[in-house]
Amino acid sequence: MTTSTAITPDVLARHGLTADEYRRICELLGREPNWTELGVFSVMWSEHCSYKSSRIHLKQLPTGGPQVLQGPGENAGIIDIGDGWACAFKIESHNHPSFVEPFQGAATGVGGILRDIFTMGARPVAIMDSLRFGPLRPDLDPSGQTSPQTAARNHAILEGVVGGVAHYGNCFGVPNLGGETAFDPCYSANPLLNAFALGIARQDALFFGKAEGVGNPVIYVGAKTGRDGIHGATMASEAFSEASEAKRPNVQVGDPFLEKLLLEACLEAMQTGAIAGIQDMGAAGLTSSGCEMGARAGTGIDLDLDRVPQRDQGMTAYEMLLSESQERMLLVAHQGREDEVYAVFRKWGLDAVQVGVVIAEPRFRVRHHGELMADIPNPALTDEAPRYDRPRRAPQRTLPLDPTPAWRDRKRDAAADLLALLGSPNLCSKAWVYEQYDTMVRTNTLAGPGGDAGVIRLKDTGRALAMALDGNGRYCRLDPRRGAQLAVAEAARKVACTGARPLAATNCLNFGNPEKPEVMWELAEAIAGIGEACRALDTPITGGNVSLYNETLGRGIQPTPVLGVVGLLERGRAPLAARFAAPGRAILVLSGSPASGTREFGSSEYVALLLGTLWGTPPALDLEREHGLHQVLEQAHAHAGLDSAHQVSSGGLAVALAECCLAQTVEQPEKAPLGLEVNLPDARDWELVLFAEDASRVVVSCDPARVAEVTEAAQAAGLKAVQVGETRTHGFVIRHRGQAVVQLELEALAAAWRGGWA
Amino acid sequence: MKIGVVVFPGSNCDHDALHVAAAVAGQQAVPLWHESAELQGCQAVIIPGGFSYGDYLRTGAIARFSPIMGAVQHFAASGGPVLGICNGFQILCETGLLPGALMRNAGLRFVCRPAYLRVESTSTPFTAACRTGQVLSIPVAHGEGNYVATPEALQEIERHGQVVFRYCNATGEVTAAANPNGSRHNIAGVCSEGRNVVGLMPHPERASELVLGSADGLQIFASLLAHCRVAVTL
Repeated sequence: MTTSTAITPDVLARHGLTADEYRRICELLGREPNWTELGVFSVMWSEHCSYKSSRIHLKQLPTGGPQVLQGPGENAGIIDIGDGWACAFKIESHNHPSFVEPFQGAATGVGGILRDIFTMGARPVAIMDSLRFGPLRPDLDPSGQTSPQTAARNHAILEGVVGGVAHYGNCFGVPNLGGETAFDPCYSANPLLNAFALGIARQDALFFGKAEGVGNPVIYVGAKTGRDGIHGATMASEAFSEASEAKRPNVQVGDPFLEKLLLEACLEAMQTGAIAGIQDMGAAGLTSSGCEMGARAGTGIDLDLDRVPQRDQGMTAYEMLLSESQERMLLVAHQGREDEVYAVFRKWGLDAVQVGVVIAEPRFRVRHHGELMADIPNPALTDEAPRYDRPRRAPQRTLPLDPTPAWRDRKRDAAADLLALLGSPNLCSKAWVYEQYDTMVRTNTLAGPGGDAGVIRLKDTGRALAMALDGNGRYCRLDPRRGAQLAVAEAARKVACTGARPLAATNCLNFGNPEKPEVMWELAEAIAGIGEACRALDTPITGGNVSLYNETLGRGIQPTPVLGVVGLLERGRAPLAARFAAPGRAILVLSGSPASGTREFGSSEYVALLLGTLWGTPPALDLEREHGLHQVLEQAHAHAGLDSAHQVSSGGLAVALAECCLAQTVEQPEKAPLGLEVNLPDARDWELVLFAEDASRVVVSCDPARVAEVTEAAQAAGLKAVQVGETRTHGFVIRHRGQAVVQLELEALAAAWRGGWA
Repeated sequence: MKIGVVVFPGSNCDHDALHVAAAVAGQQAVPLWHESAELQGCQAVIIPGGFSYGDYLRTGAIARFSPIMGAVQHFAASGGPVLGICNGFQILCETGLLPGALMRNAGLRFVCRPAYLRVESTSTPFTAACRTGQVLSIPVAHGEGNYVATPEALQEIERHGQVVFRYCNATGEVTAAANPNGSRHNIAGVCSEGRNVVGLMPHPERASELVLGSADGLQIFASLLAHCRVAVTL
């Protein structure tokens, strides 16, 4: 084998490898790697591919249960959804590319997660996205650190990311069911794009990324390989500087049309029975698919790069192996049945070429121009990749635990505060975003964006799947463990609000630089919190991804774990909506966790937006009661005839009540908002009663005759259930212990909520 | 009856049209592959929504040259009912079976939301069961649905009663606010001079079951069945 370029410390640094890691590579190989092999190691040992900082912590997560058919380690997790059907789902980040090139970065983020789903044999039927950006205007950053230039750039990133998500999903033909869009100054140069996708398949027709059967042909399908995205995985594993603009060529360019063809061709080829294993070429392209498929099956792959379809000339082995060109798959066919596979791909106008063969030796072997360019034991690239127990240290707390007396001095006006919250970028209607997404294609959408959770029907079984995403960086900054628990609880609660039973979860862990002990501590704490919450709520983690180094110019993001939860709605049950259904119905508040005091209030949206500060801790969470709440919702929907359910989160009870009146009135203008009249008997100060974000709370409405039934069911589960008032045709009136604190016309509420970004 | 749904590379509402034709309307529904020039004895053809050929060059510009479109043109010339939905409408305009063209939305963004359509003509195979002036709630989902034609052509289209649907509000008023894409004269759908070819940007197949929010789109399919003398109540 040739070694063309000397491997110096500088070369190692550019490959993101340490001197220790290099020594380890030499040990594993029993020699020095050549240039190509160094590239292969650098991507496979990158944080993005190896999970080297997070792996030992991720092991604590609950991943099993009777509902789980496939846990983490495959391209996507799979759960049982009844009658022989399976659901594959996962969430993944594309943060770094979305900063460098927002439109293509976001588009290929969606493309990548869709491939992860259909490589399992599942047809994607829904996507969601969780987006975080910096403030869109300087005045929306109370800290005063957002310059007009930064705000303009944030705006451009928002437009680009939303446009990219829309472009890819719309053309591919998968409905977008919503997600979240949130703003905070920490995301100014570190925007987050977390894309979630879900697909369905027959349980007996699932496919896995395994190179099974020595002698079987390895076939490359889909787009040709170019020089785009080389070292994308390495880029996603480092912090950014001012020079990050120069990383633009590391971002891949997506073609959703090609991916749509690839989807149809793959699903059709799978039906022939000629495919033994299949994996998409995502991060680290041919390299990761080649060695991972071998590693999972205990076999190896011998690749001949001369046969790889190429769109650039004169590419080296190094470039081809590290290219992250999109819309490509590697599959292993049963020997002698290749022609069946070729015929399907020809029909769809796609390249399908044998590029290698499955070998008995568990090695990743690559040839180019007749020369052996790489020969590496698979375990060295996968299981034997470094794992670090990086130093962790709880950060010195700089934020106060309790409010300064000054917070009481501000002019207090509950109605004005409510309007300000409803019109804030974090809480206002996100119709501007989701009207750019096709939310209805495939004619399964029972609940699109704008409610608590997205819901699609399963035409074949009569059941439905509900799904929701949640994250909260501010909570996690104050307490990553509880913040992460709250994210799990809120995502599951959103699903439960449709009347569905939460079944399983996926997580996307967005953090800063893990080489900083404080960041590593946050990551470990958050993972521990996710584990505790997922155990308590019986929603095991079936997969996900870790995105570290979300840092630009030394400034990192708040720890932002984003959770996706999927639930099942039984046959014959229509999903509950967030919006009130009719006037004259009883409004109840169900609650399970301890009420917030002034300390917990410091983490609220109210304090962040209106006081421009932060103190205290996230709201308390009683996981057992939270679980009880979900069960009560499912049962009450099935038997007690609930009209609507909406969970209380950012902005507190007053905002949640307003959302119950306004939800989905943007895209359905004929649905005039409904009003309400409530009296809140809560003994706390009205700020806390209206705007504190106590966990495990849901606003439900029902026929007044059913109130007793709902109340009894809630109390039996240890929950509080209080009937607070009634829905009305007009007006929005909240009394606190009999005293009117908010009296607004619905038009004023609606105008604030719809005009948040105007 | 037998209904064919054309499948181009990039069609993504083909399954939805097949589902409504088969599972909701109870008819025989078959996919018609773009490379074939055979309509398999279908009595009606639907050209579904999606991004045929990735919208490369111009929406519908490449699809018009596919073998299946030759067969569709013959079928249309002999009076066969042809319905183009969204991208299908764009393809029919490119093929010349329908007048006018569809440009980028006036707002320059993709827009997906429910819309109201006023039925302007009931003398087509796809609106025969509607009432003139009837308001249907059917969603739109497109980036290029801005209907345009030269002033002379628009005049002709109006004079011959070829406007089949117009965007309107819930009470049937044709207003600027109800127009999601800037279409001239709020036009959402038109028919050929022979009236057997109809194209519209909104998606009736997405509004054919109440659980999806509206069943008004079923009127389009009910009309087709009535036109073809199939006795079914939808």
